[in-house]
Amino acid sequence: MTCTPTIAVRDLRLAYGQKEAIRGISFEILRNEIFGIIGPAQSGKTSLLHCLNRTIDFTPEARVSGSIRVDGEDVRQTRNIFALRRKIGMVAPLPVGLPLSIYDNVAFAPRCAGMRRRSELEAIVEQCLRQAALWDEVKDRLDSLGTKLSGGQQQRLTIARALSHQPEILCLDEFSIAIDPVTTMRIEDVLKELRRSMTIILVTNLTQQARRLADRTLFLWKGRIVELDHTDIIFSGKPANRQTYEYVNGIFG
Amino acid sequence: MNTPPTSRPAEESFAVRKATRPAWDVLSERALEILIYLCGISAIVFVLGIFFFVFKEALPILGNSHFSLTQFLFSDQWYPTSELNKRYGVFAMIAGTFSVTALAMLIAVPFGLGAAIYISEFCGGRTKETLKVVIELLAAIPSVVWGFIGLTVMSRLIVNYTGAPVGVNILNGGIILALMSVPIIVSIGEDALKAVPDSYREAGLALGATRWQLVRRVLLPAAKTGLLAAVLLGVGRGVGETMAVLMATGHAVHIPHGIFDSVRTLTANIAAELGEAPANSDHYRVLFLTGVLLFALTFIVNLAADLVVRGIRRR
Repeated sequence: MTCTPTIAVRDLRLAYGQKEAIRGISFEILRNEIFGIIGPAQSGKTSLLHCLNRTIDFTPEARVSGSIRVDGEDVRQTRNIFALRRKIGMVAPLPVGLPLSIYDNVAFAPRCAGMRRRSELEAIVEQCLRQAALWDEVKDRLDSLGTKLSGGQQQRLTIARALSHQPEILCLDEFSIAIDPVTTMRIEDVLKELRRSMTIILVTNLTQQARRLADRTLFLWKGRIVELDHTDIIFSGKPANRQTYEYVNGIFG
Repeated sequence: MNTPPTSRPAEESFAVRKATRPAWDVLSERALEILIYLCGISAIVFVLGIFFFVFKEALPILGNSHFSLTQFLFSDQWYPTSELNKRYGVFAMIAGTFSVTALAMLIAVPFGLGAAIYISEFCGGRTKETLKVVIELLAAIPSVVWGFIGLTVMSRLIVNYTGAPVGVNILNGGIILALMSVPIIVSIGEDALKAVPDSYREAGLALGATRWQLVRRVLLPAAKTGLLAAVLLGVGRGVGETMAVLMATGHAVHIPHGIFDSVRTLTANIAAELGEAPANSDHYRVLFLTGVLLFALTFIVNLAADLVVRGIRRR
């Protein structure tokens, strides 16, 4: 385990047509930390994640400049985009259960990566569903459709899916939006476990969630970094920036 | 955004109107409901109507002592105008219809679905638009023109390259039918793929799937009902197409032994002979019975497909 940054963002800019979403941000994410990103809507949090695994490519009018390096490799020039995406697990805010069985949903990524052995796949499916706190609810109906699960269950299914390719980096974009508080807590416990083996980027609207989990927190506002520091400083009475204080304490608005 | 604040009276009248819906409003909604209901059941009425009238014309022959249903279905002897020995066996034409349709689907389904996948997932912008326009143009060519191409261009090619004695045969009809079905399969198949939400594509690709893995593991399962419908409409066209196969298959009543044999299809037989059969004669009624048979065949194909789709859904 090294102290080198896993992800290094340099002067990243992103515009959708004329509309600027990210206006030049630079920061580093260290290995095995939980990195919180907070900020109001339209502040560029989700766009940032899209740039990271290059799913921004699906938006034709998006223009990106600057660089994002993952383990030293610039994602914008990577030769193997599929390997990059396998390295990064992504959980979207609204659950997208693929129209496959629960089992196939979780086994999707390992199969794409070339895993064929049934025993290996079964082990991964069970492990990931357990980690996502879903196993007990679905273990008897793994072959029913993933899209038939409830919203919260589907969200946990997407978490299991994101874990299924054993990513080095796990990005969670507002994962708790459709999940009840008790389950959220269970998953937060899992995240604390997982950080031993991976780097976690936690985008959240719940500032308290960042406070509970993140080692460092980035406060993003209108595409610019307002403040990036250790979480206890961000949430202390005196962060460096007045705006940060107001935002995390609910005065800002 | 910049509208001036609405005045008081307007707001009040709005509130009043909302509270008591006028009777006219309720009535017109009810009327619209009935109209839509009629549109909905008209399809059933028409299908039943067509079946009824075709069957009515055919019915008297079933009671006729010269006619046997077993002979009709299983004999390959078709001598409707013979003076001494009238025979009404359409088995050769059933075989003809099946062989031409099967060959056409063997060619058209892989091509059509492949093209639909390519257009929907693999090609971008201008290529996509061009291909779609050209394929729609292909669908607009009248079937008699296809028959003409089969009769002249295709038959010459077949004779030159395969050494078959005649160019109008199953292969010719199959290729022509395939060319006619491909545009249908492509455009409906492409619609089915387009209907798969983009979020599935993004989720799949974000999990590290390549484009082909995405197609195979996500899009095909998600669009399978629509794709099956596309194939079925293609089959329907194959079974029902008349003019082109009439011109391209050689019109010989004969159970085929290979793809270079000429055949006659059920549809072509009706089209060619109905004009010459005296109204209400046995011959005339047998042709209508052939229509009933065609009807039953397409019904069975659709029913089977429906069951398959249901089976897939339940899983």
